[in-house]
Amino acid sequence: MSETQIAVKAETTFRTNTRKRKTVRKLFSEILAIILSLIIFGVPFYFVIVNASKDTKESSLLNMDLPSSFHLFENIQSVMAAQNGMIIRAFFNSIMITGFSIAILILVGAMAGYVLQRRTSKMSPFFNFLILAGLIIPPAIVPTIWVLDGIGLFKTMPGIILVEVALNLPFTILLYKGFMATLPKELDEAALIDGCGRVRLFFSIILPLLKPVSATVIVLTAVGVYNDFVNPLYFFPGAENATLQLTLYNFSSMYNTQWNLLFTNILLISIPPLILFIFFNKKIVAGMTAGAVK
Amino acid sequence: MTKLTNRSYTYYFLLPAGIIYFVFFLLPTIMSFFFSMTWWTLTDWKFIGLENFITFLTEPSLNIGFKNTIIYAIVTCSLKVILGLLLGVFLSQKLKTIGFVRSMVFFPTLLSTIAVGMAFAMMMHPTQGLINTSLKIVGIAGPDWLGDTTIALLSVALVDVWKGVGMATVIFIAGIMSIPEDYYEALAIDGGNSFHKFWNIIVPLSRPAMNSVIILAFIGGLRSFDLVWAMTKGGPGFSTDLIASIIYKQYQGGFYGLSTAGNVILFIVVSALAFPLYAFLNKKEVDL
Repeated sequence: MSETQIAVKAETTFRTNTRKRKTVRKLFSEILAIILSLIIFGVPFYFVIVNASKDTKESSLLNMDLPSSFHLFENIQSVMAAQNGMIIRAFFNSIMITGFSIAILILVGAMAGYVLQRRTSKMSPFFNFLILAGLIIPPAIVPTIWVLDGIGLFKTMPGIILVEVALNLPFTILLYKGFMATLPKELDEAALIDGCGRVRLFFSIILPLLKPVSATVIVLTAVGVYNDFVNPLYFFPGAENATLQLTLYNFSSMYNTQWNLLFTNILLISIPPLILFIFFNKKIVAGMTAGAVK
Repeated sequence: MTKLTNRSYTYYFLLPAGIIYFVFFLLPTIMSFFFSMTWWTLTDWKFIGLENFITFLTEPSLNIGFKNTIIYAIVTCSLKVILGLLLGVFLSQKLKTIGFVRSMVFFPTLLSTIAVGMAFAMMMHPTQGLINTSLKIVGIAGPDWLGDTTIALLSVALVDVWKGVGMATVIFIAGIMSIPEDYYEALAIDGGNSFHKFWNIIVPLSRPAMNSVIILAFIGGLRSFDLVWAMTKGGPGFSTDLIASIIYKQYQGGFYGLSTAGNVILFIVVSALAFPLYAFLNKKEVDL
């Protein structure tokens, strides 16, 4: 064998060996990943589900054992019935707040994002600064209550909806602005030449084209507003006004000795995000990273 | 012929968003500077100068929130960056089960903070909790996670990381995926190993992603409230009180002026740290 042949042979054995090593390592890291993610992220879910299915006595042990008898449906009934069906009222409130916030955000945010992307003027840096400020600055709590109280919206549903809209607007506008940049300006020109008015141009041509980003806004706002605890706590207090997050929080002291019911409540409250996640997994991840990676 | 001009895009379209943003966000923010210097009952106010700020910064039960907030933000932010980067590198490989593992890591981001806080508070129960009973099996006496004043804040911070690391991870994955293959090829020709790949390619080139994670996690940490409130209510003592939880406590107590002063302090802390951090990170960014 010539030297080159030896070298080639050595090279090939080296390659197959490394390839073998690579597949073994890949398999190993794959197994490790699953085990680790199961322990760190799976165990808490398992813990909640198992304990939500136990009776009060068993759940007070707070362990991971399977329930000796299955009580999940009874527990759900007890949670639903607690305080005259408070959770149903809370569910209704949460859905209303989330739904209206989404509707207003899409309309108002799309209009603003559209004009801010298309029109550049001396004012542009100022508007950009306002958006950035809205993303960073923590909202002033009591002065907001003072404003809401002044216009008669404190402790009302329109009040909390408008606050949610105001706080989510900067990110929404940013998303719309980013997406608008991908729509060519020639489109607007053609529409205007065809005699389309400025208002009709937006509502019948632009807005339908913004569908993909509107879907992102829907999913992100749904998750954000539905899970929001702080704003309803401050701006939507009162017994009748409960939202799902507030109810869970208030129940925690009530269920001090009935942990199975607390776990059932946690489980119930986590189902809507789970459903959203199953159907819109990609959309959520893309939307959340879109605003961040820029 | 109709021409596209700035006039084709009327600023009237900004009005609805502008009004809502002004009335429910800007106006309260501006007014907070005034009301923080008053003794205030919503209907009535009396100007008292900087007294609220002095109380906030000298009263030990109030200024502890200052220190705790900074510690909390630094701990959660750095852990999210480190773990998010490692997970991001790991999860940008082409493994068969990658979709499942990614979903698993990301899903907590979508859960309610209150629900997560309560479930973990149960698991951190000193004698019966899942964590300490598991540690006992391996022969370690676990600490009183939420009852010990020295570690309670860190325990809450760890739960925050558990919930938020998925977000950091997907941002890193997006960053790592956008690194062109050429760099890895060049490294392979030069005979670099996987450490070189990580340290000399992935870390510097996923810089924009890292900056986003740092900014988001740090601001989030400074503003944090609900997790602490669900898990410890600021206790034991005041050991886990953050500025935001003190704002709530003062509001509950009816000290509206003091609560608003807390808001202004939080505003100053966030702006004083976030804007320079933002400028600094953007300056260090490298082009791909």
